[in-house]
Amino acid sequence: MVNLFENIRAKIETGTRISDTEALALFECDDLIAVGELAALTNRRANGDKVYFNVNRHINYSNICVNRCTFCAFSREHEDEDGGYTLALNDILQRAADASAAGATEIHMVGGLHPDLPFDFYLEIMAAIKADNPKLHVKAFTAVEIDYFARLTGQSPTDVITALKAAGLDSMPGGGAEIFAADVRRQICPEKITGERWLEVTEQIHQTGLKTNATMLFGHVEAYADRVDHLSRLRQLQDRTGGFQAFIPLAFQPDNTRVPGAKGVGGVDALKTLAVSRIYLDNFRHIKAYWVMLGLKVSQVSLAFGVNDIDGTVVEEQIGHDAGADSPQQLSKDQLVTLIHKAGKQPVERDTLYNEIRQY
Amino acid sequence: MLDFIRQKIEDSQPLNRDEALWLLTEADLLSLGKLADGVRRRMHPEQQVSFVVDRNVNYTNVCTSQCKFCAFFRDETHPDAYVLSYTQIFTKVQELVDSGGTQLLMQGGLHPDLQLDWFEDLFRQLRHRFPTVQIHSLSPAEIVHLAKLSGISMPECFARLHRAGLQSLPGGGAEILVDAVRQESSPNKIGWRQWADVMCEAHRLGMPTTATMMFGVSERPEDIVEHLFRIRELQVEQGGFTAFIPWSYQPGNTALGGEQASGVEYLKVLALSRVVLDNVVNIQASWVTQGARIAQIALYFGANDLGGTMLEENVVAAAGVDFRMSQEEIIDLAKSAGFLPVRRTTTYEVLEVY
Repeated sequence: MVNLFENIRAKIETGTRISDTEALALFECDDLIAVGELAALTNRRANGDKVYFNVNRHINYSNICVNRCTFCAFSREHEDEDGGYTLALNDILQRAADASAAGATEIHMVGGLHPDLPFDFYLEIMAAIKADNPKLHVKAFTAVEIDYFARLTGQSPTDVITALKAAGLDSMPGGGAEIFAADVRRQICPEKITGERWLEVTEQIHQTGLKTNATMLFGHVEAYADRVDHLSRLRQLQDRTGGFQAFIPLAFQPDNTRVPGAKGVGGVDALKTLAVSRIYLDNFRHIKAYWVMLGLKVSQVSLAFGVNDIDGTVVEEQIGHDAGADSPQQLSKDQLVTLIHKAGKQPVERDTLYNEIRQY
Repeated sequence: MLDFIRQKIEDSQPLNRDEALWLLTEADLLSLGKLADGVRRRMHPEQQVSFVVDRNVNYTNVCTSQCKFCAFFRDETHPDAYVLSYTQIFTKVQELVDSGGTQLLMQGGLHPDLQLDWFEDLFRQLRHRFPTVQIHSLSPAEIVHLAKLSGISMPECFARLHRAGLQSLPGGGAEILVDAVRQESSPNKIGWRQWADVMCEAHRLGMPTTATMMFGVSERPEDIVEHLFRIRELQVEQGGFTAFIPWSYQPGNTALGGEQASGVEYLKVLALSRVVLDNVVNIQASWVTQGARIAQIALYFGANDLGGTMLEENVVAAAGVDFRMSQEEIIDLAKSAGFLPVRRTTTYEVLEVY
């Protein structure tokens, strides 16, 4: 075990990437702090003491979805179902205007795969938000939605992305990745596009010049080896495109979901997953702790385990909270700054593309 | 400094106050955590994480102390004010026994009218009815209050409670054992010396106790260090503390208000406790105040015990923090972090390994 840690330390110090076998050994080891130290070393070399956050607002425009992922507590089949909703364009614009007035630099917008809304509706949203708030960065849709729009319109993903980009789309989040392994997807999201398709569409997104993030939903039915496989495929794609900004491991929330036997993610596993990701993904600049799902305390502690981004103010979040996340709906900029300071780090407000707006 | 401190710990030499203060204020979280994890691995090489099946019964919420950090107490005339009857208490303890519980943690406010004989009768009847349940109840502030109400000395009061069936004393009400801090947040409560006197008396009677610390009020890092060293020095005398339990002040619904200590602050204080208190065997993680995830992480920052299952808890819940865990969840929490969960008695004898 000591050899494992020493070998990996030497690799980090010489900028050599670790192998899948080493990543798996880190997941399986019982020395949380040793893994944390390696992740902290990796992060220090990449980002120093800086911890990024942004002032953003989530808009979940609809929870109507043709997929029935068993891990999801957010989706509904149609508007008539209890809790089913689709926001009208005016409601979306109102939320964007509120966010803009409150100092937000980013709108984060994702939703279900709606069976009836035409692709033009999404183009209209993009154009209308941009017309009202030209400075607001619109980060929206995932590879899953792009694939869906492509099937809806009979166009290629590249055409869909180009059209959205022309309408105002600035970048994309990294959702829908879940766990790439096929046998895991069969259990948790049988209708969703395959891992291979997710990677293929994301490659096309990157080729249009848009940046995206990448996520991994962990802590349900997958094995450590599936996580390593997931990280490996992301590292390979990033080698080809360089289009990923941040990697965001998402801790599965079990409430109101239908994954048999799943218990949710313990604090130790959450930290270990963030830390191993930091060490393994040497070509990703940023590792983000998503406080909505991790909780504020664990997110803050993760800043000592290789994390350098703590997401944003969020304002209104539906997806994690429907699955039992007990974090608040929103944080103020002051709360984020204090949380980072109290972890002994340097808070930096950023825009979506990681340009520094202000240090605190 | 870190290397120097690490060497001292490896040589089993006790730290001094300056070194402890440096760890709390200058060391980074992982460095401090690593020291604590090392001490924990040395003191508990069997990788066991223990817990007790218990219930908190708060016999009254009427309290003359009225600490500013407390959301639980009520004035005697308040509509929510209550005193539990013996019957109500017996029903609660029966439920505890029915779910395999072995520890009764009974605490209340400092009620102006509940006399010593009310407690003596209660304890006698509890011992008679529920011989398998350890009465791990009251706290130094309550012992001192009862002695005063009865016009007898604290040792006499304590001896009578002990004879009636009180078997061990929880370490509550310690808050921060520095009087300047206590003056600000709990001016009507006993001072640190009196708290220590009661603990010494308990240990002299052969009663084990725990010790706690509630931080995150208005104390300075120096006060936290002082608290730990006072516990350490008391422990040198008679060795009666079975465990140390730090937790953070919960500001909801309190007169004092303010913010709750962060996760990093909690883990640092916990880790420092493990490192400084090398003469106290067990360090408890507080899932009740920190939640399950931080409690699990705490097992790598010095903690080796998860406290009680707490079939009932009212005081922290009154401050708006209401984490609940079943015995199965506690077992799973320890297991999935790589530890061997064990159910224990109040005095840390292992009852069952899972």
